Amino acid sequence: MACGNNCSCNNNNAGNQDNSRRDFLVKGLMGGIGAAFLSGCSTNDKAKHSDGEKINVLTHDGKLVTVDKSQVANFKPHISEEDVRKGIPGKKFVMVIDLAKCDGCGKCTKACNKMHYLPKNKEWIEVIEMQDSPEVAPYYFPKPCYHCDNPPCTKVCPVDATFKREDGIVAIDTDRCIGCRFCMAACPYSVRLFNWTEPVKPNIIETTPAAENVFQSKKGCVEKCDFCPHMAREGKLPACVTGCPMNAIWFGDANEDAVTCYDGTTTRLSQLLEDGGAYRFMEELGTEPRVYYLPPTNRTYNAKEIKIEKE
Amino acid sequence: MENLNPEIRNQIENELLGTVGRRYRQETFWVIFLGLVCAGGTIAWVIQLRKGLGVTAMRDYVSWGLYISLLFFFVGVSLIGALVSCVLRMSGAKWRYPLIRIAEAVTLSAIFFAGFMPVLDMGRPERLYFLITHGRIQSPILWDVVAIATYFIGSVIYFYLPLIPDLAIMRDKLTDAPMWRKKLWRWLAMGWEDNLLQRRLLKKSMLILCIVILPVAISVHTISAWLIAFTLRPGWNSTIMGPYFVFGALMAGTAIMILIIAKLRHGYRLEHYLTPKHFNNLAKILLALTAFYLYLNINKYGVPAFKMAKEEKAVLEDLFYGKNAFLFWFTQIVGLIIPIIILSFKKIRQSITWVVAASVMVLLGALINRYLIVVPNMLHPFVPIQHAQHGYATYNPTLIEWTITASSLAGFVLLIILLFKPFPVITMWEVIEEVEKRGEKEIGVENIVNFQNIPGHAS
Ligand code: SF4
Ligand code: SF4
Repeated sequence: MACGNNCSCNNNNAGNQDNSRRDFLVKGLMGGIGAAFLSGCSTNDKAKHSDGEKINVLTHDGKLVTVDKSQVANFKPHISEEDVRKGIPGKKFVMVIDLAKCDGCGKCTKACNKMHYLPKNKEWIEVIEMQDSPEVAPYYFPKPCYHCDNPPCTKVCPVDATFKREDGIVAIDTDRCIGCRFCMAACPYSVRLFNWTEPVKPNIIETTPAAENVFQSKKGCVEKCDFCPHMAREGKLPACVTGCPMNAIWFGDANEDAVTCYDGTTTRLSQLLEDGGAYRFMEELGTEPRVYYLPPTNRTYNAKEIKIEKE
Repeated sequence: MENLNPEIRNQIENELLGTVGRRYRQETFWVIFLGLVCAGGTIAWVIQLRKGLGVTAMRDYVSWGLYISLLFFFVGVSLIGALVSCVLRMSGAKWRYPLIRIAEAVTLSAIFFAGFMPVLDMGRPERLYFLITHGRIQSPILWDVVAIATYFIGSVIYFYLPLIPDLAIMRDKLTDAPMWRKKLWRWLAMGWEDNLLQRRLLKKSMLILCIVILPVAISVHTISAWLIAFTLRPGWNSTIMGPYFVFGALMAGTAIMILIIAKLRHGYRLEHYLTPKHFNNLAKILLALTAFYLYLNINKYGVPAFKMAKEEKAVLEDLFYGKNAFLFWFTQIVGLIIPIIILSFKKIRQSITWVVAASVMVLLGALINRYLIVVPNMLHPFVPIQHAQHGYATYNPTLIEWTITASSLAGFVLLIILLFKPFPVITMWEVIEEVEKRGEKEIGVENIVNFQNIPGHAS
């Protein structure tokens, strides 16, 4: 099975009401993948696992058992080029950004830059100030890649270097990209960045195919927000979600109808979208983003303080 | 008209062959000068290859700049061959005969550089072959590659076919040329004996090629237009782009054609063959094209300007009275309106100097226009630029970019000159044949009886 998680993906049809967030989380642990996140994809991700720490593991016969962490091998499945192009089976990743909560602190950007070894001047998730019309109050607007379902960027790529995966992610294969920048011209949201010069390489070795690398910068190639597929493979949340202390960013799987935010709260996606009156950015373009926004009603911050940069 | 007196025929051939391999002072100067510019451009390119595209002023917002503007320009200019050899042929214009080879040379050179520009613009030119090994036929870039390649091959054939009888003449006449040249001519002439069957076959293949090449030529430029029209960006997201590019291209090509024959007329002493009739007729075509292009411009800018929709507004304001207003109004007034006025007067149209002046204006306007199509739109995306780092929200091309741009233009002219060098500039056999058939007047060459004393020519 191509899936890196050895999981029971076939359970995940969208209509299955029994699917819960728990299912989504547990999957990453199946087959003995040692990843401690049932205890929450929360802040204390970085906390050291002391000896004797227990984690929950799902066994092959479907039982959830608690074992000592030291007993679980740090098993990383091999991910082939084909796996990367297909995506994580059974998933449909989705993001919800709550504009009422985002106070523009920029911690998502910082967390993202740290995760992907990006210098300060690159922002895969950019927080901009928006004002829909002159008289209305402005608000902060985090702008990642929308991983459009009808992506204008992948349609134009001459060599299939940027492509749409079955799990909804629009990825870039920097071993393939020829640097024509047609995708940059095609993306209506100005999301894509280009490596105009040689990027500074971090001291890490990556064995996954280029499209799922953590460090994606390569001279003469494009890059952009990738929804952290390497984290998703381990059942973890993207860096921006675990970096947003305002709980403004939710991430999850549309097939499971579940999204999770910073403090570990998992909720029904459909409910969240319905209650929050969600919308997608520039729906009229027909790009069908996989990122939803909840409108900035009852803001948690003082909107009057926002200054909009004029051109 | 009857067959030409063999002596006069001989004289024409000698005269036209006079330019082959001959050195002209001015021309040598230009070749050296353009060669130096190209060398400079090559150095700049090497620097760009080593340091990356960071040496240009292109950044994440303006991710396409001068190179892509120039791509559109070259693809456009390459249409002139199709205009002269196909459109004029189908409209039965006999005066085209002396122009055919010149037009094809311009086409060949332009399409060559059109193929080269994207390589200059690529972030990873060493992966160029991926287009073949990993090509995705859904992408307009691949269509462009296929179309440019097809058009290039078609143009080479179209350059070669009418050359065969001329090569045979060269083979037979220029007996004191070096051995290797004679061998080459013999080989290239493919045993041309000028018999009826051969002529019939040649004409037939030229006709077929002419019909085939026209749609290819138009598709080349339409696809280039689609590269930007297929995006959702304000200003680019428009259905007018295809025709807008094609007619702008024909206009620029005609202007270049006029400038080149003006230069050749004196430079190569071809006053008898490139006569005011050609200038006059080309000027008429240029007038029609500029007028039509103005009409297209009114549609392209006027229609959205009336509505002033939110997204288009920023681009339009930039063009109408923003940073790019000077360039924009320059292209409209100096590049279109003034030439239209100048060329509308019959008297002025008959003066070569004025026609050349109008062509210079049109050409400048067309060049700037390509830039205006590409860059201002990129500076005004849907999501307005915010928190831009220094140099990201503007586009001021760097020295490296200018050098490469200048050397591409220089290379384009140089290649045309080099294509003129080994062959007679004017298709001898066709001109002679048509003069025999229809008389000098229709072909636009001067009265043959007056051909006697041409200063500066070997006979
Ligand atoms: S937001 Fe832009 S880069 Fe991301 S999928 Fe959509 S078009 Fe592509
Ligand atoms: S820049 Fe790279 S990813 Fe983008 S269209 Fe070109 S080859 Fe594809």
